[in-house]
Amino acid sequence: MRLYNEPNPLEVKILTRRFGITNSHTLDVYLQNDGFQAFQKALGMKPDQIIDEMKASGLRGRGGAGFPAGMKWSFVPRSSPKPKYIVVNADESEPGTCKDRLLMEYDPIQMIEGMMIAGLAIDSHKAYVYVRGEYRYLIDLLDRVIDELYARGWLGKSIHGSGFDFDVYTHTGAGSYECGEETALLDSLEGKRGVPRLKPPFPAVAGAWASPTLLTNVETFSAVPAIIRDGGAAFAALGTPRNGGTRMFCLSGHIERPGVYELPMGFNLLQMINEVGGGVRGGRKLKAVVPGGSSCPVLKADECDIAMDFDALAKAKSMLGSGGVVILDETTCMVKFAMRIMKFYAHESCGWCIPCREGTAWLKKTLIRFHDGHGTSKDIDLIDDIAKNMLGRTFCALGDAAAMPTISIVEKFRDEFEAYLAKSSTTVRVPELTVV
Amino acid sequence: MTDLVNLNIDGKAVKVPQGMLLIEAAKRAGIEIPQFCYYEGLTLQAACRMCLVEIEKAPKLTEACTTPVAEGMVVHTDSPTVATARKTMLEFLLANHPLDCPVCDKGGECELQDMVFRYGVGESRFTEVKYHVDEKQWSPVVFYDGPRCILCYRCVRVCDEGLGVGALGIINRGVVSEIAPNMGDHLECDECGACIDICPVGALTSGAYRYKTRPWEMEHVGTICTHCSNGCKTTLGVRDGAIVRANNRDRSGINGEFLCVKGRYAFDFVEHEERLRSPLMRKGGELEEVSWAEALATVAKKFAEVKERGGKFGVIGSNHTTNEENYYLHKFVRDGLGGENIDHHRTGDVAGLIDALAGRADALATVGDLYTTKAILVIGSDLAQQHPLLSYQIRANKRHHDAHVYVVTPGPVREDNYSVRSVRGGLEAIGPLADALKAEPGLVVLFGDSVKGDAVRQLVAFGDSLGIPVKYVALVDYSNSRGAADVSQAAGLAYEQILSASDLDVFWVVGANPLKDHALGSQNAFVVVQEMFLTETAKRADVVLPASSAYEKTGTVTNVTGEVQRLKAGPKVMGTKSDLEIFGLIQKEMGLNLGIWKPDNVLDEMRKTTRGRLPVAAPESIRSARDTLFTSGSLGRYSKVLNAVMEGPGLIYGLPVSGKSQ
Repeated sequence: MRLYNEPNPLEVKILTRRFGITNSHTLDVYLQNDGFQAFQKALGMKPDQIIDEMKASGLRGRGGAGFPAGMKWSFVPRSSPKPKYIVVNADESEPGTCKDRLLMEYDPIQMIEGMMIAGLAIDSHKAYVYVRGEYRYLIDLLDRVIDELYARGWLGKSIHGSGFDFDVYTHTGAGSYECGEETALLDSLEGKRGVPRLKPPFPAVAGAWASPTLLTNVETFSAVPAIIRDGGAAFAALGTPRNGGTRMFCLSGHIERPGVYELPMGFNLLQMINEVGGGVRGGRKLKAVVPGGSSCPVLKADECDIAMDFDALAKAKSMLGSGGVVILDETTCMVKFAMRIMKFYAHESCGWCIPCREGTAWLKKTLIRFHDGHGTSKDIDLIDDIAKNMLGRTFCALGDAAAMPTISIVEKFRDEFEAYLAKSSTTVRVPELTVV
Repeated sequence: MTDLVNLNIDGKAVKVPQGMLLIEAAKRAGIEIPQFCYYEGLTLQAACRMCLVEIEKAPKLTEACTTPVAEGMVVHTDSPTVATARKTMLEFLLANHPLDCPVCDKGGECELQDMVFRYGVGESRFTEVKYHVDEKQWSPVVFYDGPRCILCYRCVRVCDEGLGVGALGIINRGVVSEIAPNMGDHLECDECGACIDICPVGALTSGAYRYKTRPWEMEHVGTICTHCSNGCKTTLGVRDGAIVRANNRDRSGINGEFLCVKGRYAFDFVEHEERLRSPLMRKGGELEEVSWAEALATVAKKFAEVKERGGKFGVIGSNHTTNEENYYLHKFVRDGLGGENIDHHRTGDVAGLIDALAGRADALATVGDLYTTKAILVIGSDLAQQHPLLSYQIRANKRHHDAHVYVVTPGPVREDNYSVRSVRGGLEAIGPLADALKAEPGLVVLFGDSVKGDAVRQLVAFGDSLGIPVKYVALVDYSNSRGAADVSQAAGLAYEQILSASDLDVFWVVGANPLKDHALGSQNAFVVVQEMFLTETAKRADVVLPASSAYEKTGTVTNVTGEVQRLKAGPKVMGTKSDLEIFGLIQKEMGLNLGIWKPDNVLDEMRKTTRGRLPVAAPESIRSARDTLFTSGSLGRYSKVLNAVMEGPGLIYGLPVSGKSQ
């Protein structure tokens, strides 16, 4: 299987170490390359020991929020009389992010092994992989892999005589960004309209079918076998304090060598762009970087000398998010950029709550009008104000995800908006009416 | 006793039970927190974000509608941040809202209008093109105007949770989301209109009411619905002497805001073009319009003449005239005419139950008990069709208190969806439930017309054997069936015997239609009928006296659970008189002096004179009218709405109804 991008010598290959081996997605290749060793080891461990290793690893949720994984596992009430479920969030929809698809395409069994170890830790025997609808080909691939695992005794009743039962099912999304939000995903999984649920209760307590549910990103589960096999401490040592291990960074945009690279947590962003990604495309100047998917506030070029981990980016008032690093060079029109991402959020807003539903649509219309040269001097403040009025007041994080980049763009590139406005007055185009 | 929690809202110390939602705690302290999607009794939504408040130590604004109170909580509901949040939330709401208030039905009683007036900003910064979709009609009575909709999901929830119907859902996503019937383009539901009533804006409008009036041009008359025995309070909106709508938004009355399709729309019989507005007399074989004076004189003369010669009277009373009218009619027959052959159509064995309980008045359940008792047993009735309020109460009890519902019916009923046990059969099938029922802390038993006579005594014996407090409801069908049974005193011929007798000299029918499915035995009797319409019985009459409906008069009626409630007169239909006035005028004409015929005076007299047990009726004469949500005895055919909705005439136990009585 051809890799999507060439590996880079600076990479630390933990999750991706089987990438590039022919047929790396098959059980035989997996077993030849220390497959299921971690699961075998975990069978001999007590649930608390597994969770302690997870806590020691410093692994933080790779879906975007960065919640400590070991802590999340420990929140699932193991003694609950209800069935406990494991759900993999493979609804990878954040613009700029494309790592989960590679993990499922090149090494799906690694993820499944991670789920099985989680099953041992929280006493769960049933797992669902909720896959983004557009990843149809991955569902087919996963289904084939799962069939093979059943056929050869690595899934199903009493796996290889261990007495541990584990079933895995795939479930397709239907093209909604919102269904990547964990509770909306659960509603969708249950066959309902994909809208977020009230929290609390959190999924760990009442998730799928009101039962305790461990709901985690593909990359997080994929990291579990390495943590159990080599110990949490070894994994933690790869990264920075409180940010254990490596992370899949998806480099895209105006860069010479776009691709998905596994780098230690805390890797310097400028080094990532210049040494891993081969520098800004065409030798141009860097203008800004979206550090973790389109929901994150952008970093200006002069803010990019930064360690890529959750805490450092939070300190810089942005987020590590889902690892989608989008590079914008000096030719980028920030007005157009703001309009483009708002078109996305307005399209994806589920409509549940008012500020997100109306705010994204309003921002989209205003930004389109502004972009088309019909902006007024009031519009810049208006855009900023609408976004700020959404921030922190929506039902789920989608509203914040739409507001945060907008606020940062207006704040950091206000001069560009003003220049655009001045230019507009001389180059007005025919207005385009945007009804929806 | 629940633990109390101390908190501080806007500087006011508040003490409320643990677990209470902040929005309710504020309400208790007299502090308004604006809301759209939050609705007492329905599941939490937290979608409208209007109730955001500032809680000290919380990182951001918190919605008051989902946050339970906590000890020591300090809340600000009027800080500048909160005020800004509300302003912008309303600005967002108005962005795509059409602002057609001047032509909108809701204008004047619109929650969005009120909120904007109180918390909003005066001007809009939204200069883009508004999103528009055309209005849709989902049923003869339900219209949906998408652009006005603020997507609070109240309608979806009340239909699903409150009614147990679930006819509504949401289509599309984001700003183009819309409420839509689950059938696609039309509703197949109870047509109760709860969705319209609960809508905070003018998105859902009523086919019966739309564009007829502004809310402030109506007089609001709270009276009792005349269509079934449940005794829902309905507030009639009367404009220029005509009813234009019915609802109960102030939640007064035993039904709260609940009304079924009949309570909400079927007032339209009042204005029906076939409504009798003048007395009719048979002249030369045909019924001809005559004056009230002539009609009354003729009746009085005939009555006096028959009484004089010791002739025989047969009188059929009504199930929907007031208690005062029923009482006065009995007095008229007994004291005025010296007769005793008076009865009415009995639809349930109330008298049998009261007899079997032998004076235990506390064993009669009220509508309120259905919401609070931990266990409920339904025998032989399709409540959702035949007793919609009782069904609603039981469903609310299940949702709010997790009540255990047991069902014993001959066919499928809506209660099956959440009952702990559903058994197909009759009274004989309750035996196996005994063990489960014994474990309940208390029980209400509702039984239909299949349980009568001895069976009622068996049922009460079964209840006694459980060793837990048991209360009963004998299900009856019409708005004053229970009251009619209560004042019934005569010991003469029973209902069927009166109809079959061949020697009556006068056959007098008040507010009933017995000849619809029964032949009159006395071919030569002089027939007097007091009725609103020219029914099968009225057509057979020698004199027809046009009567007022329950909506046009005062007095009291007694509902299925024995609750006595007052009627209030709303509209006036020219040419008609209340049955009580008709009785009074006839007896005056006859010179009988039976007393003043004003409802209050008659009620006073009833209070002083009515005592003792009810005479037990012959079980074979007891049968349900089998009215559904969409039929109403002989009245339903005069309601255009009931005839327009596709669900009519409705199903009982999942089967089409046939052979309606009365």
